[in-house]
Amino acid sequence: MIQLISFYIFASIVIASAAMVIFARNPVHSVLWLIVAFFNAAGLMVLIGAEFIAMLLVIVYVGAVAVLFLFVVMMLDIDFAELRAGFVKNVPLGILLAVVLVAELVLGIGAYQAGAVKLGTPGAGVATVSATVPNIEAIGGLLYSKYVFLFETAGLILLVAMVGAIVLTHRRSHGTRGQNISSQVQRRPEDATRNVNQPVGQGIEL
Amino acid sequence: MIGIEHYLVVSSILFVMGVLGIFLNRKNVIIILMAIELILLAVNINLVAFSVFLGDLTGQIFAMFVLTVAAGEAAIGLAILVIYFRGRGTIAVDDVNRMKG
Repeated sequence: MIQLISFYIFASIVIASAAMVIFARNPVHSVLWLIVAFFNAAGLMVLIGAEFIAMLLVIVYVGAVAVLFLFVVMMLDIDFAELRAGFVKNVPLGILLAVVLVAELVLGIGAYQAGAVKLGTPGAGVATVSATVPNIEAIGGLLYSKYVFLFETAGLILLVAMVGAIVLTHRRSHGTRGQNISSQVQRRPEDATRNVNQPVGQGIEL
Repeated sequence: MIGIEHYLVVSSILFVMGVLGIFLNRKNVIIILMAIELILLAVNINLVAFSVFLGDLTGQIFAMFVLTVAAGEAAIGLAILVIYFRGRGTIAVDDVNRMKG
């Protein structure tokens, strides 16, 4: 019973906040509703025992991506009222399209429920779930053994994204004096210092 | 009782919300990026639901990779947005056709 109640709470809040994301007038509110949506989606995933993905969703999305969005929205000085000019014009067609799409998807799911089309007999699962091993431990075991190359590729993708974002947004400022490493390394003692045999009683010439 | 169908309906509604968001806010790139995040969230819910339904952890691994790509996409997309705003002073995507060949 509690599963049913919590499922419907999470599902209704995730859909309502998704609606608020796309209908909110202020993009800052949109980002905050996006955070609500991610939290409730994480709740939906905890409900079926996928704790690892749920925590990843909270940490990566809410902690990093949503904050990045919030940062960009607040940093750019944009007249958002002007950007909403075409909103009303697009509403009828958009709603129609959305209704058609939802009807199609729900029709497909309903047909599946009524009796799935058999596409041959399934083989054994690639990585079957064990009842005794916790979710996070099982995913860790799989990620570091069978999918280790994919895992490293994911790291590479993140590295490329990071380098790309830095290269795109980095601005070299001309007013400041940066460190010139090659000239520092090439500097020799002979160029920088000189030995003088200073006579007594005379001033030194610098 | 909650079945796979419940999760599929939630994720399909979420997916359509994302598509609708792209349709409605055609000028505002930030909202479009957020709508793409909603679509990817729907995909993740679908993958996790099927992973649990079939008793196969591969779906959750897939969801993790989708998450990775989504994070990278958000970072690059927002970086492009920032430099576009720096150059043009607006983020209206309607007039991104300046570079037409």
